[in-house]
Amino acid sequence: MFWQIDLAILTLVVVTAVGSLMVKDLLGAAILFGAYSFLMCLLWSIMGAVDVAFTEASVGAGVSSVFFVAAVFRTSRRTKD
Amino acid sequence: MSELIPTIIAKYNYWIYITLMMIGLYAMIAKNNLVKKIVGMNIFQTAIILFYVSIGVKKGATIPISTGGHGAAHEVVHAADYLNPLPHVLMLTAIVVGVATLGVALALALRIYSRYNTLEEDEILAKIRKK
Amino acid sequence: MKIIGLIITIITGAFLVYAAVDFPAWADPNSPASTYLSPYFIENSMKDTSVPNFVTSLLADYRGFDTMFETTVIFTAGLVCFILLRISGGKEPETRHYRHVLTGVTVTLKEGRKIPASEDFERIDDLWTPPDLIIKTGCRLMIPFIQLFALYVIAHGHSSPGGGFQGGVILGASIILLAISHDLRTALERMREKVVAILCPVGVAIYAGTGTLCLLLGLNFLDYSALASVLHVDPISARSHGILMVEIGVGIAVMTTMIWIYNNISSAGKYNQGL
Repeated sequence: MFWQIDLAILTLVVVTAVGSLMVKDLLGAAILFGAYSFLMCLLWSIMGAVDVAFTEASVGAGVSSVFFVAAVFRTSRRTKD
Repeated sequence: MSELIPTIIAKYNYWIYITLMMIGLYAMIAKNNLVKKIVGMNIFQTAIILFYVSIGVKKGATIPISTGGHGAAHEVVHAADYLNPLPHVLMLTAIVVGVATLGVALALALRIYSRYNTLEEDEILAKIRKK
Repeated sequence: MKIIGLIITIITGAFLVYAAVDFPAWADPNSPASTYLSPYFIENSMKDTSVPNFVTSLLADYRGFDTMFETTVIFTAGLVCFILLRISGGKEPETRHYRHVLTGVTVTLKEGRKIPASEDFERIDDLWTPPDLIIKTGCRLMIPFIQLFALYVIAHGHSSPGGGFQGGVILGASIILLAISHDLRTALERMREKVVAILCPVGVAIYAGTGTLCLLLGLNFLDYSALASVLHVDPISARSHGILMVEIGVGIAVMTTMIWIYNNISSAGKYNQGL
């Protein structure tokens, strides 16, 4: 039971990381980065690192995504790359 | 060669962590947009933190909070029952420093945008060279 | 640039894979990381400090010097954001938009002219959307409970996952929620710019001040058992209370840094309108 969940969440982590770098819309990249942070938090909860998971949930999936969205709001939203 | 296959399958976690780190490193070097570079930096940081925390995992151990509560100061605690708390402590610092670095990087990107009106690296270099 | 990046990535990846073959097996209880120093911390943390959460006692007591400089780094990052964005070059006169409440007519005033505050005209941002009653009321009801939960996380960090960092970030997130659901100006009325900027080094000073107090009472810097004479408890409980004081300092510093960075980034330094 343990290694199946691990492998599934690790695959999703790689998919969201690659996806956040490939989309041409910077707002979508910020939201996908929030999803990547949340999946990392899940991974650490499975491994038993509860303090680290708590910090990543509040910092990564919370405040960090808001900073990204605020910065994209002040600059341009589309990119060619 | 045939005894290498079980070790490769047993350590599948490490290969995926190395893949994540390399995705972040490639994004920092090769992407054109500044915000994508910052996203790549954060992916690299969280992948390293993931790798570090996974060192502290022990088979059959529980989370590093003592099960006795406040009054159990005189019971004997076995180290093999609890996870290794030292990587957790170091990586707590790393996560919060990571978000502080993110704030500074985004402030720099805002300043560059207000000066050159674009966030693509090749356009910024062309504008600098034209002056 | 992409080909150079690909070559560098593949070479670094190959090095890392070559090194990872040597690692101990996954979740091995006898790996070198788990047998060198951490058994001492796990076995003696309850006896020395009477704090059940090993991570909190390690972070604030055994490795407290490290955490003090980390708090300083967080404060420095907030300060750098402030210096980069808030102090701008030229002062161009700003255009303000006002909206007549009864009829909905928008009035734009250029070059810094303004209408004094009155009941008929309200000031709006560049990108204005009609106020949504559900979002405003829902967030206004939720914010006190979020702050209460954050204070609980700071105070209960001794026995459950939590501590100063997590509680401080949640406290900062509650004020950011106020700024997003209402206006940036509403959040700035609640926590003014000067209050945020002064509270940030106060948090760092609480941490360093606790350490200096221990130094003045005769023992080493950040050795909390010196607080036993001030608090009139035995040295083991004094270490537990010292950890709590230090966590409060960390929580204040982290909260104000998050609010500070958000204010500076979302208004690009001008503090007139936000997200």
